[in-house]
Amino acid sequence: MDLGKVNLDAPHSMGTTIIGVTYNGGVVLGADSRTSTGVYVANRASDKITQLTDNVFVCRSGSAADSQIVSDYVRYFLHQHTIQLGQPATVKVAANLVRLLAYNNKNMLQTGMIVGGWDKYEGGKIYGVPLGGTIIEQPFSIGGSGSSYLYGFFDQAWKEGMTKDEAEQLVVKAVSLAIARDGASGGVVRTVIINSEGVTRNFYPGDKLPLWHEELEPHNSLLDILNSTSPEPMNI
Amino acid sequence: MSPKTTVSVTLNLSFIKTQISSAPRYSLKNNFSDSVSLSQSHSHKLSSAFPIDLSEIKKRMSQVAVEAPPKGGFSFDLCRRNGMLSKKGVPPPSYRKTGTTIVGLIFQDGVILGADTRATEGPIVCDKNCEKIHYMAPNIYCCGAGTAADTEAVTDMVSSQLQLHRYHTGRESRVVTALTLLKSHLFKYQGHVQAALVLGGVDANGPHLHTIYPHGSTDTLPFATMGSGSLAAMSVFESKYREGLTKEEGIKLVCEAICSGIFNDLGSGSNVDVCVITKGQKEYLRNHQLPNPRTYVSSKGFSFPRKTEVLLTRITPLKEMVEVIEGGDTMEE
Repeated sequence: MDLGKVNLDAPHSMGTTIIGVTYNGGVVLGADSRTSTGVYVANRASDKITQLTDNVFVCRSGSAADSQIVSDYVRYFLHQHTIQLGQPATVKVAANLVRLLAYNNKNMLQTGMIVGGWDKYEGGKIYGVPLGGTIIEQPFSIGGSGSSYLYGFFDQAWKEGMTKDEAEQLVVKAVSLAIARDGASGGVVRTVIINSEGVTRNFYPGDKLPLWHEELEPHNSLLDILNSTSPEPMNI
Repeated sequence: MSPKTTVSVTLNLSFIKTQISSAPRYSLKNNFSDSVSLSQSHSHKLSSAFPIDLSEIKKRMSQVAVEAPPKGGFSFDLCRRNGMLSKKGVPPPSYRKTGTTIVGLIFQDGVILGADTRATEGPIVCDKNCEKIHYMAPNIYCCGAGTAADTEAVTDMVSSQLQLHRYHTGRESRVVTALTLLKSHLFKYQGHVQAALVLGGVDANGPHLHTIYPHGSTDTLPFATMGSGSLAAMSVFESKYREGLTKEEGIKLVCEAICSGIFNDLGSGSNVDVCVITKGQKEYLRNHQLPNPRTYVSSKGFSFPRKTEVLLTRITPLKEMVEVIEGGDTMEE
């Protein structure tokens, strides 16, 4: 990476780690918050979990412009659809609208998305719509450049029928693991919990995240390192 | 749905339809025949209202041109030609860029925008005191970095669209309206319109600050910097910004950030422009700081002894002078 010349005209891309997980009663969506142009972090506190309707959210990754435009179009179509239908849109319809735009414009778009939400017919559902425009319904889905480091973790740590708090802790732990290893992910961890009761947005700033092997606590002086305790080993 | 939201939906339709009905090549295809039956009937109404008949033009074009473009909208052929030429070694003509440091921040009563004033053409400073803070609406201003022509044109265009919208709705413009108009235009041109903007304003929903990138992505931030000097200015903001700044503190911080860009970035220089927008009021402080005065001004002044000599003066009138008689054939009621 050429650190000498920062190309500020490079397209805005979201390095990203995005996760969607179903639990017993709803879904939890999680994402990091780093948006980069080349090697410069253009926005260290971006919100990658965008609202489509009251009960459906989408996690965006890839090109920032493409994913913003797609989610704007889908929000607009879903709004019309809700008016015409007379009741809240289902998660499946939202995911299919995303999929249709992504598939029909696959040559021009570069964005992978995870659509998650709750509706009264199917309950909590997660649909992954990666590059190319496939749609796949999954009990959990990961995406973005940081997801490469999480496949093994999820194979081991995910289980059916988690509670809401277990699911959220899993998502926060996973995003912080990816942030530790992926240069293009960073910042804070944002989560959105969607269930029959509604939507809860949470925010975990950098100092509240767990530290992993060889990561140092933020310090004001190097002398403090001598007095601090060693980081805890990872709990399974 | 409250009446307010349905009104805004139909208005947004008219904006979006003006783009989709011109069918630019990079519009997203949507085949949702049932869900957009509402919008399609709208687009038919609009296309019949257009004075220009598109099918006529296409017929004429296919008769004249050997290779008519497939559909209407922006043609990227010249971009391909430019790419091919630069591969062959032909250097592209240098155009006027604003090297730039532009910043914005939200303080307790509203938004403060700041910019330097240097415009460059390659390595030469072509304008030592240009204006980078563009007017969008009485309550919205926009700083522009990138190609000067692109930032001027895009902000002027959206400013007039906003004025038409104000006449249409009878209400003060909102910052998100300007944001959506800018981002859809820039996305349509896929980054070829090189305008990186910092948009700030105060409307009925409070103060807003957004950054808009040439490819059409946007961010909403409490403090933002763009341009070649953005790293220098961002370092000042990251160390000194906090929420709830007063107006004086905010202006001082913005000036510090711009000065940091002016002195540490080659593409930025000259003076500091500041614009303070609060509820119902705006202050455009042109050349608020002048940290780069001309140091050596000759006190004797300049005299140019050898002037051009005038040898001969001859005046030839190009038209016959016609005398207009007052009160001749004037129309009288």
